[in-house]
Amino acid sequence: MRIGACIVLLTAMAGAALATEIPPDQRRSGYSFMSPDTKAMQDEDTANPGMLSVLDGEALWKRKAGSADKACADCHNDARVSMKGVAAHYPAFAKALGRPVDLEGRINLCRTNHQQASPFAYESRELLALTAFVAQQSRGLPIAAGDDPQLAPFVDKGHALFMQRQGQLNLACANCHDDNWDKKLAGSAITQGQPTGYPLYRLEWQSLGSLQRRLRACITGIRAQAYDYGSPELVELELYLMSRARGMPIETPAVRP
Amino acid sequence: MANSDHTTRRTFLGLTGGAAVLVIVRPADATPAMLQAAIRNVVGEANVRAGKVKLDIPPLVENGNTVPMTVSVTSPMTADEYVKSIHVFNEKNPQPNIGNFHLGPRAGRAQVSTRIRLADSQKVTAIARLSDDTFWSATADVVVTLAACTEEAI
Amino acid sequence: MPSALINVPKKAKRGDVIEIKTLMSHIMETGYRHTASGDVVPRDIITSFTCRFNGTEVFRADLYPAIAANPFITFFTTVTESGKFEFEWIGDKGFSETAQASITVE
Repeated sequence: MRIGACIVLLTAMAGAALATEIPPDQRRSGYSFMSPDTKAMQDEDTANPGMLSVLDGEALWKRKAGSADKACADCHNDARVSMKGVAAHYPAFAKALGRPVDLEGRINLCRTNHQQASPFAYESRELLALTAFVAQQSRGLPIAAGDDPQLAPFVDKGHALFMQRQGQLNLACANCHDDNWDKKLAGSAITQGQPTGYPLYRLEWQSLGSLQRRLRACITGIRAQAYDYGSPELVELELYLMSRARGMPIETPAVRP
Repeated sequence: MANSDHTTRRTFLGLTGGAAVLVIVRPADATPAMLQAAIRNVVGEANVRAGKVKLDIPPLVENGNTVPMTVSVTSPMTADEYVKSIHVFNEKNPQPNIGNFHLGPRAGRAQVSTRIRLADSQKVTAIARLSDDTFWSATADVVVTLAACTEEAI
Repeated sequence: MPSALINVPKKAKRGDVIEIKTLMSHIMETGYRHTASGDVVPRDIITSFTCRFNGTEVFRADLYPAIAANPFITFFTTVTESGKFEFEWIGDKGFSETAQASITVE
């Protein structure tokens, strides 16, 4: 019965006119859709379980790794200075690869190239912790992703993907997150999909997770085949979403239901 | 789970799992008998009266995995008169106990907060034991909404 | 590598009632979940949390699977002298972690 109701709702959405971009002054973080209790969990560091991962990441930042026997701190020193504002510019263009990489991808490139260590697996405790620690240094700073002109074709690809209907429910990201935000899907608020706080602590996950994990869950939700972790499609989607959220403050580590 | 005399099978239809339907088979709920036994375990044969206890828990929660809860007891906190302990129980999780919190006169204020899991919409009961070995309680109803787009459990 | 976050005021006046907030990283696996192949995921929870001040227990909690992942516990205590709070979490599979925080009482 529930699923019946959901499909009716989703089908109604699918029939609605496409797709008006959200005017800049109407953009809202997922935070604004949350209950006061969940907001309180994010607001205070001792109450925010995401901060436990940030602490983990701080320890990893200082730990030597790989055959180069170097820690992140050996090159980048104090992250509070060197990483301030960095996450606001990700995904960023990686010259050597000729394509954008997200913050997780950048950290793994650092590991393989400079520490000569094996890359961390996607969603591993270590990669999430280091990413959260680096991103937290930009908390409160405006998102500035997508400025680099070399990124333009990739932003366009991500945008196209955002607009493209797919899966058995034949839905595009835009059907929910441009056209129907502030409505409800079952008990949940439909947000604008502004990726302001990743990696973030999701009550559903009971752990920290990446934007790619969230995107994969959404894609599975519309019953399409999710792209693999680290695939160019997911990075392009991340890039489009971050450029769509340009100017909004970073909240890492955010808390979401 | 000695007294699991009824087994509830619950099928949540999530909008997930590709084409597959997500099926979660939960173990038996705590039965009313289990809940009573868990409470008797704490209070023995004593009467439990309503009052003095305040149970602060949102009536409607966004996710049952992490529900904030505060229990406070109206009582002096002196060497002669204080709250010894606070015990929290639920009705429909697989197990009736949530937590026991042991205080004493030097707590200064009889109030604890934590975050709990609620497998379903249900009642939560907090019982306080005072220094005179009387028991006082408060009960709250919580509605747990089901999220639309969830991942498979494991 | 578990981490803990503790919030204790650095200073207080003699006789003040202070609030202590604690957050410990832990999965709190209930023992009631199954894998896709039907195996029970074994219980792995913190079962006990204790706070001592200068060696004397001031607060203790017994935890059950219904406590959310990454247990967050806050409580109050009256401070009478400067000293050290010690926090201890004990659980399944030999889990044992401690943390400390000092307070100056004026």
